[in-house]
Amino acid sequence: MQTQPSSGWGLYPTVDTHTTRAHYHRDLIRATQGVPTLAQGNCRSYGDACLYERVVSTLPLHHLLEFDSDRGLLRAQAGCTLDKLIAYSLPRGFFLPVTPGTKFPTLGGCLAADVHGKNHHSEGSIAAFVEDIDLVLADGSQVTCSRSQHADLFWATLGGMGLTGLIYATTLRLKTIESAYMRTRTIKTENFGDLCQVFDQTQNQYTYSVSWIDCLATGKKLGRSMLMLGEHATAAEAPSSTAFKPHEDGGLSVPFFLPNIALNRFSMQAFNTLYYHRQLSRQRDAVIHYNPYFYPLDSIQHWNRIYGRRGFLQYQFVVPFAGGREIMADLLTRIARRGTASFLAVLKTLGTQSEGLLSFPMPGYTLALDIPLHDAGIIPFLQEINKEIVRAKGRIYLAKDAILDREDFEAMYPRLDEFKRIKREADPQNHFRSLQSDRLGLT
Amino acid sequence: MKKRALILGAKSVIAQAIVLHLADEGYDFVLAARDIAQLDPFAADLKLRCKSAVELLEFDALDWGGLEKLPQRVEQHGGAFDLVVLVFGHLGDQKNTQHSTQEMLKVLHSNFTAAAVVLGHLANYLEEKNKGGGIIGISSVAGDRGRQSNFFYGAAKGGLTLFLQGLRNRLAPLGIHVLTVKPGFVDTPMTEGLDGLFLVAKPEKVAADIVRAYKKKKDVLYTPFFWRWIMLIIRSIPERVFKKMKL
Repeated sequence: MQTQPSSGWGLYPTVDTHTTRAHYHRDLIRATQGVPTLAQGNCRSYGDACLYERVVSTLPLHHLLEFDSDRGLLRAQAGCTLDKLIAYSLPRGFFLPVTPGTKFPTLGGCLAADVHGKNHHSEGSIAAFVEDIDLVLADGSQVTCSRSQHADLFWATLGGMGLTGLIYATTLRLKTIESAYMRTRTIKTENFGDLCQVFDQTQNQYTYSVSWIDCLATGKKLGRSMLMLGEHATAAEAPSSTAFKPHEDGGLSVPFFLPNIALNRFSMQAFNTLYYHRQLSRQRDAVIHYNPYFYPLDSIQHWNRIYGRRGFLQYQFVVPFAGGREIMADLLTRIARRGTASFLAVLKTLGTQSEGLLSFPMPGYTLALDIPLHDAGIIPFLQEINKEIVRAKGRIYLAKDAILDREDFEAMYPRLDEFKRIKREADPQNHFRSLQSDRLGLT
Repeated sequence: MKKRALILGAKSVIAQAIVLHLADEGYDFVLAARDIAQLDPFAADLKLRCKSAVELLEFDALDWGGLEKLPQRVEQHGGAFDLVVLVFGHLGDQKNTQHSTQEMLKVLHSNFTAAAVVLGHLANYLEEKNKGGGIIGISSVAGDRGRQSNFFYGAAKGGLTLFLQGLRNRLAPLGIHVLTVKPGFVDTPMTEGLDGLFLVAKPEKVAADIVRAYKKKKDVLYTPFFWRWIMLIIRSIPERVFKKMKL
C-alpha cells in the first residue's frame, strides 16, 4: 500500500496518507466499507481538518449536473472547485452567493466548513444558499437532505467538517449579476477605533466588506488598516467589452520554499508599511474585476510556501460585538508586542448565525492572521489566546484550526451536543473522522 | 455534417480527457461503456459546458455476439459517426494472471482480440461510408517489448499495435487516418497503487497530445514524447542481456 505525505494549506501538520480517488458514486459507497476514512477535497483548509491516514479524494467527482437558469439553481458534484463553477456560471450572469478568499476549494469542502465571505454581515454563510445535499452515509445508503427532509442531518452536515457522511452532490442557489466587475471603495483608517467606527457606519450600505490590518503597527497606530467595501457593478458601470469575462490566473508561482528567515518582523513591517501607504488619500473608489477583488492571492500559485518549509498557522476567531473591540485591541497589542509577524491580517464583521450546528460565523468581529511557525513558543501563545476567546464567548474557525484543544472547543460551540447526537445516529462506529475530529474529541 | 466520435471505453479517465479536447474541436459524442448509467454525471457536465450532443450506449467488448452490430447500434443512437476512439483495456495483475485461465483470457481479449474484432467491423463501416474520418487506438509502450512484469498485457497491446499498423495501411488510400497511441505511465485508476511507477503523466496532458497528433495526422504517438527514446533504448538491448534483467 502506498502512502504519501499530505497537509492542509498551512503545510502544518503533515501526515502520511493513503488516498483512494472517487471517480463514481459507487466509489463513495466502497469508501464506507473497511477502515475509517475522511472525504478530502482540494486541501484548502489550513490545518488538519482535511487530514487523516486514509482519505477518499472527491476531486474526480467534479461534474456539473444540472442548471436551472430561471431559478439560478446549480447542481454539481462535491469535488467541483469554485473556479470551475464560476467559469461556467459567470458568462450566464450568475455568481457564487458566498465565496471564501480563494476559488480553489471544492463545493464539498465549502459545505463542510459552512464557509463565509466578505458578505457575511449582509447575506450569511453558504448554508443559506444550499438547497439540498446528497450524502452517502456510513452504512452505505444515500440520503438527500434539505431544510424539509432529514433536516437534522442537513444542519449537521453544513459546517460538520465531513463527519456526517460523504457529500456526493449539492444544489446551490446562485446570485444574479450584471457583470464580472466590482464597484469598490477603499477607506484608510488610522487606528483600531477608527476602523471599527467606519465598519459600523458602512455595514448597512455595502454588501461586501473586509479590512486589512497592519498587525505590526503599535501604540497610536494600533489597528491601522484599509477597509475595502464592494458591490457587484451594474452593466453600465462595467467595461462593456469584457463585462462577463471569467478569471484567468497568470503563471506566477512560488516555485520553492522560501527560507524561514525571508519573512521576519522587519521585512513584514516594511511590506505592511508600503502597502498601507500605497493609497495616500483617505478614500478611493474603483471598478475592478472580481478576480483580484475576491481572490487576490489565487494569482500566485503555492503562495503558502513563502512562510518556509515549517509552514504556518492561520488563526481565525470571532468575538461578539459587545466588548469585542476591547478584546480585539488587547489581542492585537499582544500579538504586535510579541512580534508574531503576520503578512495578512484580515478583520471583518459577521452577521446572523446559520443553523449549522458547528458553523463558525456568529454576530461579531472576526480576525484572521497568518502566523509562520518559526518558533516553538507560538502554539502555546495562541493556545493561551484561545482561553481568552472562550472567556469572551467567541470561537475559533475549525477550517483553519490545527491547535485547538478539546476543552476549549467544547466551550466554544454551544450546539455541540446536538451535533454529537446526530453523528452517533448517522455514524455510530465513527467511520468518518479526521485528525482534527480525533483531537477535538468529536470521534 | 457535424463531426461525431464514438468513444469505446468511455469510463476511462483518459477517454474522458480526450472527449473534452475533442469537444473543443466541435465533436458530438457516442459514449460507449459497460454499466453506462455511471456516465450520466460526465455526460451532464459535457452537455452543460460544451455545445456537444452526447449519447450513451451500453457496450461490453467481451460480448462477442454484439460486436458486428455495433456500427448499426451507434447509428441508431443519433446517426452517423466518423471518428472511433478505442480506449478500453485491462491491465490485470501479472502474478494473478499467470495462474488463471480466466484472467489470461480477460487480459488477452480485452486488450487485443475484442479490440481487433470491434475495429474490424468499424473499419468496414467507415470504408462503406467513404467519407474519411479516422481511428485512434490506445495501445501501450508495454507492447514494444515483452517483459516478465506484464507480458500478457504487453503481448496483447503489441498485437493491437500491429493490428493498427495493418489497418492504417488498408485505410490510408481511403483518406481514413489511423493513429496508434503508446502512452507511458498515466495517473489513472489502472495504475493507482502500483509499485515501480516513474515519470507518471497526467491524463489531461496525454489527451492533449493525442488530439493534437490526430489533427496533425501522425501515425504513431508516444506520450509523453520521451517514451519514444526510453523504448528505443529498451528495444535495443540484446536479448541475451535483456532476458537476465528485471524489468
